[in-house]
Amino acid sequence: MTTALFYILGIILLAATLMCITRRNPVHAVIYLVAGFFALALMFYLLGAPLVAAWEVIVYAGAIMVLFLFIIMMLGLAPQEVPEGPGWQRWLPLALLSASLMACTLLLILEDPAAGQKVGGFYLAPQALGEALFGRYAMAVEMVSFQLLFATIGAYLLGRPLPKGEDQ
Amino acid sequence: MNDLLISLVLILVKLGLILGVVLTMAAYLVLAERKILGRMQLRYGPNRIGPGGMLQPLCDVIKLLTKEDFVPGRADKWIFLFAPGLTALAALLSFAVVPFSPPLALFGREIPMVVCDLNIGLLYIFGLSSLAVYGVVLGGWASNSKYSLLGAMRGLAQLVSYELALGLALVPVVMSAKSFSLNAIVMAQADWPNLLRHPLAFIIFMISITAESKRTPFDMPEAENEIVAGYHTEYSGMRFGLFFVGEYINLVVIGAMTTVFFLGGWHGPFLPPVVWFILKVLFVAFLFIWARGSMPRPRYDQLMHFGWKVLIPLALLNVVVSGAISLAMNS
Repeated sequence: MTTALFYILGIILLAATLMCITRRNPVHAVIYLVAGFFALALMFYLLGAPLVAAWEVIVYAGAIMVLFLFIIMMLGLAPQEVPEGPGWQRWLPLALLSASLMACTLLLILEDPAAGQKVGGFYLAPQALGEALFGRYAMAVEMVSFQLLFATIGAYLLGRPLPKGEDQ
Repeated sequence: MNDLLISLVLILVKLGLILGVVLTMAAYLVLAERKILGRMQLRYGPNRIGPGGMLQPLCDVIKLLTKEDFVPGRADKWIFLFAPGLTALAALLSFAVVPFSPPLALFGREIPMVVCDLNIGLLYIFGLSSLAVYGVVLGGWASNSKYSLLGAMRGLAQLVSYELALGLALVPVVMSAKSFSLNAIVMAQADWPNLLRHPLAFIIFMISITAESKRTPFDMPEAENEIVAGYHTEYSGMRFGLFFVGEYINLVVIGAMTTVFFLGGWHGPFLPPVVWFILKVLFVAFLFIWARGSMPRPRYDQLMHFGWKVLIPLALLNVVVSGAISLAMNS
């Protein structure tokens, strides 16, 4: 049952992501990506982490993707106005970098002694996750929050009202 | 096997019951709103069909179903068609985690009076309310009309901003229940309701939930005198009806949420718990109708400023203070 669900969700996830990167209409792409996030959230739930599943939906589908939609609607891009991307020569360095990253990941998975071993029944209660985040990993959480704080201050700096007489 | 079958049947029965009750309540809340608003404006409200206008919702449904289901030219057809359903669906699904009565002992089995007591129940409701944003935004965008687009963008910004204040207002509630489960939150209010324990959180919650539900005084996404009807300007027939019914289902959901989080859920003296629950839900719904009848609409930028510069800092402060108090009381 669980295995079947896992594969069904996996197929939905892959299909949604594939549809997302091939759509010319940015709003359609966002909708497919949101569907993908929902499949991913259910997968986390299936793996025994309900809190992570809820965050996946609330943060990614509910906040970040909504802001993407906001920007797309603000820019008012009609599907035919999306400009052609740069040619493949321009993409080559990026493609090479990604390919080498992918190769490293695959190598790591092959080398890892724990790969291929089945993880037994596992359930992460919300309370346990909270205790781990704010106990054992408190330092990492604090560092990430500082980064978010910097981003907030940066956004405020960019959006501050200019003094009179100063040009844009 | 037999046990599994019984559980399945029980879940189906509960689902059917909730669907029936919530939809009926939503339909009659429309009528109640029209009647109460009518009285507040010194007129009668609908009173022609059935005794005292009681059959009005039925006629409304027949009217909406027989009207033409129109799709504007150059609209994004599929998104236009499914957006209203998304709104109604997100509102209906929230009810799965709301406990409306203590567990019932029947034929030697203990039956929990909630469809699914998720241990992340509160977050589940949040997830669904963020899904409801898509109904508004996609509906407005797909209509390919400037009023709809304006309404959709207003709705989007408003819902995303006020969701933050809403979430922060509920943190003290979760802290005192030590759980995200709605059942545990109700159980934690056996002595006194959260309304008395966290009054500031309650006020922040009520303001932001009004903005979340896009109801007057915060109905900028559909402000009739500015942008026709906002995101559902281009909708007709039952698809408009779905938006409309979604709004009233949402009102029931809000009533249930307020009841569970702040008014002590089904706890109450003398009357049976289910009755207490329904009474509290209806009372909250009445408060919302009352607000609609007596409050003017602020400007859109005022709303955003209030949300970000007043409500969210206040909610953060409230979290810190109530956290400190509960820490001091525990040690």
